[in-house]
Amino acid sequence: MTQEKTNVELNALATVNDPVIEIKELYKSFGTNEVLKGVNLTVKKGENLVILGKSGSGKSITIKCIVGLMGIDKGEIKVFGSDITKMDNSELNKIRVRIGFLFQNAALYDSMSVRENLGFTLMRHAKDLTAEEVENQIKEILESVGLSEAIDKMPSELSGGMRKRIGLARTLILKPEIILYDEPTTGLDTITSREISELVLEIQKKYKTSSIIITHDMACAKHTSDRLMILKDGVIHAEGTYDELEKSDDEWVRSFFI
Amino acid sequence: MSNTLTAKKESIISYLKETFNDVGNVTLFAFRFFKEVIKPPYEMKEFIKQCYVIGYKSLPLVTITGFIMGLVLTLQSRPTLAKFGAESWLPSMVALSLIREIAPVITALICAGKVSSGIGAELGSMKVTEQIDAMEVSAINPYKYLVVTRILATTLMIPLLVIYADGIGVIGGYIGINIHSDVNFHRYLAQVLESITFLDIFPATIKTFFFGFFIGMIGCYKGFNAANGTESVGKAANSAVVTASLTIFIIDMLAVQITDLFF
Ligand SMILES: Nc1ncnc2c1ncn2[C@@H]1O[C@H](COP(=O)(O)OP(=O)(O)OP(=O)(O)O)[C@@H](O)[C@H]1O
Ligand SMILES: [Mg+2]
Repeated sequence: MTQEKTNVELNALATVNDPVIEIKELYKSFGTNEVLKGVNLTVKKGENLVILGKSGSGKSITIKCIVGLMGIDKGEIKVFGSDITKMDNSELNKIRVRIGFLFQNAALYDSMSVRENLGFTLMRHAKDLTAEEVENQIKEILESVGLSEAIDKMPSELSGGMRKRIGLARTLILKPEIILYDEPTTGLDTITSREISELVLEIQKKYKTSSIIITHDMACAKHTSDRLMILKDGVIHAEGTYDELEKSDDEWVRSFFI
Repeated sequence: MSNTLTAKKESIISYLKETFNDVGNVTLFAFRFFKEVIKPPYEMKEFIKQCYVIGYKSLPLVTITGFIMGLVLTLQSRPTLAKFGAESWLPSMVALSLIREIAPVITALICAGKVSSGIGAELGSMKVTEQIDAMEVSAINPYKYLVVTRILATTLMIPLLVIYADGIGVIGGYIGINIHSDVNFHRYLAQVLESITFLDIFPATIKTFFFGFFIGMIGCYKGFNAANGTESVGKAANSAVVTASLTIFIIDMLAVQITDLFF
């Protein structure tokens, strides 16, 4: 117990270059469906890591495990140096407020307006803010995703691309140090996709975030990635920069880039 | 031959296992309510909103059903009482049956259909579209925000709706009586009030709190545990109604036994 404590304290003193996310030998199955069979990956501070992989290969599952949305079967997931699989709920929540999660379908709260969607999280975690400060922060974050005019709309009145942006704004409002993007551009036209990719890069620069970006959109991958990983049969099959993987000897890996 | 027998045995065992599992999960879910309800933060705003949605928005439905209950009960009871020459007992009889049994159970069943299924569908669709996960990853306790507020609201609102239905039912009864005879409303009301004692109201009201608690709890449980996929939203709503209605009858049966024991 005390051993663990000192570890946590030491980890808090970790240097800048240490990985912010470190997954070791992660196993996860649903009944007989073995989805992850020993995934290893690290995300360094300030880095954008893109994860590719066929539909159903377990990309979403992997990042859900990182925020503790899903129990794992075996393995280790260190975020900011401490293993989240061994945490109780209140410790986990302290980590969660430092992580932003963009859901594949935005997951906006249907019963709330855009303003309430953004304020909901903010008001619960920054209790000393006045109503005016909350309002200002909501407006500021909406401006940064380019949707100031949508503040009073309901989620049902938004288009797919707008929902993604509002989802992104909701993710950003707590100023997270890590952002996990689940398919930020899927289902959008090429122009909007490019805008979102730009936004992802901008966020990385402006807020100094580290990110995992799951995508099927190779333009987005090329644009946003510092490094890529390809998930296949429950393990990381290939890893490298965009240019490296594009010229890979492995035909299956190359097939992603055509 | 023995093969089909083992297969049957196994399917029965797995069915029993599933049922016990379900009962266990519901119990844990309910216990969690008592654990979380006392812990701050209190989601006051959501609680008040739910009281409005569950209570106020059910008023038209409860008004209509309450009125018809009183009216029909009076019209149906009249011939029987007339046979014994006891027509003057009609107001007392209608009021007593309304308050002790009919209004609580019918109103609770109506609310199982409207409220429990509504909660089941709402939380079910929030589950399916990952809104509950979204709360969880932003370190907000979805159980506290969604479930505790709704169960509290139903536990408080269903008894109020039942009392309201009692009142409307009594008015329905008055109209029912006046179809065949001419009775002054004051005399009618006096007779009704005279026949009701504390022991008619108290146990009937206590049980409505249980009705309310289970209507909310079952709706939340079904919604919160909806499987993936849109069709599971419908399933959650549907099985919330069925389970809640069944539970209401079971509570009603237990309540009658317990009341007999103590009063
Ligand atoms: N809650 C769950 N229960 C059971 N199986 C699940 C669950 N969630 C995911 N799976 C299974 O896990 C596998 C991986 O799912 P996941 O959502 O991670 O895929 P993905 O790589 O994100 O695919 P896509 O690109 O289509 O989003 C799938 O085979 C899926 O059937
Ligand atoms: Mg996915």
